[in-house]
Amino acid sequence: MSDPPPQTRAPHGLGARLALVALALPLAVLAEVSIALFVIWIVGVSTLFVGVGIALLLAAMLGTRLVAGLHRQYASRVLAVPIARPYLRSAPGAGPVRRLSTVLTDPASWRDWAWLLVNATVGFALQILTFTLFIAGVFYLIYPFLWAVTPRQVFSSPFGFYTINHLADALVLVPIGLFFLSLWWLTALPIARGYARLAVSLLAPTKGSALRARVSQLTTSRAETVDTQAAELRRIERDLHDGAQARLVSLGMSLGLAEELLARDPEAARSLLAEARAATTSALAELRDLVRGIHPPVLADRGLDGAVRALALASPLPTTVSVALPGRLPAPVESAGYFAVAECLTNAIKHSRARSIAIDIGHADGRLQLRVRDDGQGGASLAGGTGLSGIQRRLAAFDGQLSLESPPGGPTEVRMSLPCELSSPRTSPSSGTA
Amino acid sequence: MRVVIAEDLALLRDGLIRLLQAYDFEVVAAVDNGPELLRELIAHRPDVAVVDVRLPPTFTDEGLRAAIEARRAVVGLRVLVLSQYVEQLYARELLSDRTGGIGYLLKDRVSNVAQFIDAVRRVAAGGTAMDPEVISALLARREADRPLASLTAREREVLELMAEGRSNSAIAARMFVTEKAISKHSNNIFAKLGLEQSETDNRRVLAVLAYLQN
Repeated sequence: MSDPPPQTRAPHGLGARLALVALALPLAVLAEVSIALFVIWIVGVSTLFVGVGIALLLAAMLGTRLVAGLHRQYASRVLAVPIARPYLRSAPGAGPVRRLSTVLTDPASWRDWAWLLVNATVGFALQILTFTLFIAGVFYLIYPFLWAVTPRQVFSSPFGFYTINHLADALVLVPIGLFFLSLWWLTALPIARGYARLAVSLLAPTKGSALRARVSQLTTSRAETVDTQAAELRRIERDLHDGAQARLVSLGMSLGLAEELLARDPEAARSLLAEARAATTSALAELRDLVRGIHPPVLADRGLDGAVRALALASPLPTTVSVALPGRLPAPVESAGYFAVAECLTNAIKHSRARSIAIDIGHADGRLQLRVRDDGQGGASLAGGTGLSGIQRRLAAFDGQLSLESPPGGPTEVRMSLPCELSSPRTSPSSGTA
Repeated sequence: MRVVIAEDLALLRDGLIRLLQAYDFEVVAAVDNGPELLRELIAHRPDVAVVDVRLPPTFTDEGLRAAIEARRAVVGLRVLVLSQYVEQLYARELLSDRTGGIGYLLKDRVSNVAQFIDAVRRVAAGGTAMDPEVISALLARREADRPLASLTAREREVLELMAEGRSNSAIAARMFVTEKAISKHSNNIFAKLGLEQSETDNRRVLAVLAYLQN
């Protein structure tokens, strides 16, 4: 059940009132029918250990969440506010039993049940009230017509004591219809809003559940971050051990040997020294690559703007960069943004068969906004262990988001954003082609 | 020849001073930060400056910025920039005024003393010294360039050495051929790339670099 798009205005006017009245009877019926779900819950919990209980609970859970979801949509439209799903996510990879127990112990599930009860009583009454006012109004408004087209005796004594003999007698009832209709007109929206607020009070996430959801999301992303960091450190350690360190050891050996040979065999010593010099060069080259992978020097020197321009310069495809940033960003955001853009660029160069690439970097809504477009063949996806899903995971550690648009035939556009508060609101746009 | 050195690590600074003095350069100033470098360059007007990119106070590209600023203040100032990393972005900035007298090398090239001293002399004489890494990156980027693809392997080798800033005679010595053969190669290269032939070595180098960079 997805949230409806947030509307700017709450429903009002004749159309909205008529829609609400059309919904009133179905909602009232749903309120009574969904009591069955509550009963199934009760039976399911009490027969949990007989085995059939699990099936009942699953059915009741699905049903309840469906009903609650419908009411969330209704309330969200009536009040013109988005309402999020309050349910806890079970841990990834949890078994069915764990998942079921998560559902059973989720406070949001209990609030759903409470809603079933409240909805069957108060909710039902409210919907029937608004429906009755409307029907009564219409009924008395067209009473003279009903009296005229039906056989006598059917509509001749509306209240038992009042007898209609002529059309004029029937016309007396029209004001009563108008009275009920105006009553309906006045109360339709307040009743609907009251009902929606009642639904929100039980179905919307509480502060606590919103916090719980956030905590579980943060726990997941933190675990991923810690894993990535650890893997990264292991890689760096291994690279140092097998690369630069080993070369320095052999360098020491060559120098020691050269020292030995200096007096006896200067020619051999000379060639050992040349070897040693070559070893320093390759050790330095390895260290350079390693440092580039950790934190590119140009990023430290010039920030995101310069570093991305340097990337574009090294790109074999024509790559344009436009940057509108109000100065330097916090280092962690800068680094995350840089590696995300670098990865997208590599992807585009490798797989897209594009003729050109465009990178846009800006800042809006308190977030760093990054966009990488290419005019290639499209068809990129976030599925599987592609580079893009890796970027998505790494950005998640910063509460970052990644969305992809890549229809077959192209063009491909990757949009990324990271929360990033800035102190100064000045923006200096600049752009150029590399 | 008078030299100003800017390098913040004492060990490397002393090494550079000793090395240059051993080759009869006169080290008129050796500084360890950007602002001081700018002052010394403007005060001493050395024949050549050897400058580290990363300097205090910011420990970013302070040295590079000071060098570019000093070249604006002192027309014809010759600077050899050394760095642990070569960045095409910086190479482009250093070359942007198209006047030569500029060098950009990896620090470890210093360990090949003869070649390093040759590069310092070349820059001091108003020539160019670009690190082979910069050149190979420039060439790698232009994979799809049709004129470049039409060069023979030999011509490509000459082009690379030329882009690094070497004169025809130096290239000839390195490839063990006559200078005449090299000038024949370079005529072919310029014809294929559609470049103007020019008399002086350095003008030719700058033309090639400009071609590779755009």
